[in-house]
Amino acid sequence: MSTVTAPERSVRRVAFSQTLSRWDVKVSPYLYISPFFILFAITGLFPLVYTAWVSVHEWNLIGGQGDFVGFDNFAFVLSNPPFWIALRNTFSIFLISAVPQIILALLIAAVLDRNLRAKTFWRMGVLLPYVVAPVAVTLIFSNMFGDQYGLINNLLGDLGIDPIGWHSEVLPSHIAIATMVNFRWTGYTALILLAGMQAIPRDYYEAAMIDGAGTVRQFFSITIPQLRPTLIFVIVTSTIGGLQIFDEPRLYDTAGQGGASSQWMTITIYLYNLGWGQLNFGRAAAVAWLLFLIIVIVGLLNVVITRSIARAS
Amino acid sequence: MSTGYGLLERGRPRRRRIDNGQRPGWLGYGFLTAVLLGSMFPLYWSFLIGSGDASTINQQDIVWWPGGNFLSNAAAVLAADAVNFWRALGNSIIVSTVVSASVVLFSTLAGFAFAKLRFRGRNGLLVFVIATMAVPTQLGVVPLFIAMSQLQLAGTLWAVILPAVVSAFGVFWMTQYLSQALPYELIEAARVDGASMIRTFWSVALPAARPAAAMLALFTFIATWTNFFWPFIVLDRQNPTLPVALSLLQSNYFVDYSIVMAGVILSTIPLLILFVVAGRHLVSGIMQGAVKG
Repeated sequence: MSTVTAPERSVRRVAFSQTLSRWDVKVSPYLYISPFFILFAITGLFPLVYTAWVSVHEWNLIGGQGDFVGFDNFAFVLSNPPFWIALRNTFSIFLISAVPQIILALLIAAVLDRNLRAKTFWRMGVLLPYVVAPVAVTLIFSNMFGDQYGLINNLLGDLGIDPIGWHSEVLPSHIAIATMVNFRWTGYTALILLAGMQAIPRDYYEAAMIDGAGTVRQFFSITIPQLRPTLIFVIVTSTIGGLQIFDEPRLYDTAGQGGASSQWMTITIYLYNLGWGQLNFGRAAAVAWLLFLIIVIVGLLNVVITRSIARAS
Repeated sequence: MSTGYGLLERGRPRRRRIDNGQRPGWLGYGFLTAVLLGSMFPLYWSFLIGSGDASTINQQDIVWWPGGNFLSNAAAVLAADAVNFWRALGNSIIVSTVVSASVVLFSTLAGFAFAKLRFRGRNGLLVFVIATMAVPTQLGVVPLFIAMSQLQLAGTLWAVILPAVVSAFGVFWMTQYLSQALPYELIEAARVDGASMIRTFWSVALPAARPAAAMLALFTFIATWTNFFWPFIVLDRQNPTLPVALSLLQSNYFVDYSIVMAGVILSTIPLLILFVVAGRHLVSGIMQGAVKG
């Protein structure tokens, strides 16, 4: 502060500046958090809530809001076979990707947790796919999984195996799409698990070794149970993301409809087709809400299941 | 990590293994090498196709070495009328930069308040922020699209930027970081010196937040750059971001995959450069608790 004090500084003025300062302390915190809350309310929360409003109305792109129709949109969606096909595909792709991804990520993390040479190099190496956009990943893999001239079928042919219909059949197409998801996310997941592993006190392992437990036994008796919170976190986040999968199935072929007979059409593709294909926003909003509910339920189920599995081991 | 073998030194003692030693054997390195090759191969493959010509993928015998056509294929991508590649690149840079900057600014502001200031309702509001991190806001696309259409913003970059200007994860991340990286003494010292709150934020909190802010910017940039669903819905075909441009390239050039793959390589190069420059920060960011999304 300045060392020169004004000789005729009035008492009232000091009081005023103090009031100002007290006000500053009181109001500032709210000012600083308000941009986040206001903007999140407008761009995140409001659309989600408003989705419920749209879903109980007749609503199309041209005419806008129409009559109130109650649960007609939901009834239509739930009695529409494509919705159930999309639900089946979404879960199938999710399981085929999530389960191997977590197992492989655990393995990678366990190796990275050892005392490696060139630690940073290996960690960066497994993370490389993360900077490739899902769209780019899909175009690359869609080519490798080509039914006629694809790399994979060519290699299988060299081994004397008949070509697989990666695009024409249900399960192979799910495997191909799950492979894309895992290509991009396995290394990322491995690093999250690695961070969890490094927080495990090392003397647990010392004690286990003295008791004569081998590497495998240590992994199942110490590492997995200790990783429970990290595992729950990984599983829940991959559920939230995985059930909304859109980019990969949309670009797996040029038509973008999820296959000629919906072999790999997912819920988000179904939602997109209702909203921006058939211009029926009421029905699209109903699908969005249903998917929201499904994600919440599956997320909670995951937490329960992971807890019991980790406890059992 | 410490370098000695003692069990009682400060920091994290190394795990001592009697059975297979501390260093993983050839099996561990072999496994990691396989993972690494798996990470790199698809990119190599796309370059292989992208440097060939239309006949490359229609051969029964696999070609393992790049051809010489990459530059001409890349030129074809850049010149393609259907795609507008330069514009897409510019759009992606603008959107990712603006979104990263605003997420960092608002997250640091809110994080500072949550971490270091006392106010009524703080804990409740922070719990609310953490709860919203798990909300799949993508599912609000229908009303968001209706709103953007009515505001005459559909098709413009604002439609992509506005829904992404704040991030619950960002607020949580900065709160976590500032609560341990910024001592109360510093703030009090600034206050005693007569600095106003905003001045304290600007000259004390912001410099302390820099490392975490840089990481948040990095992750937000990558997430925005690679985002497809919402830009695909709201942008028109003349004014795309890179992922949207790639999807157009695929639907226009699927007869000549070498062009499509050249586009894939072109659109990935910027992030590959970022990866080379800042890869180690990405690794440490994830290990400090970065979240998908």
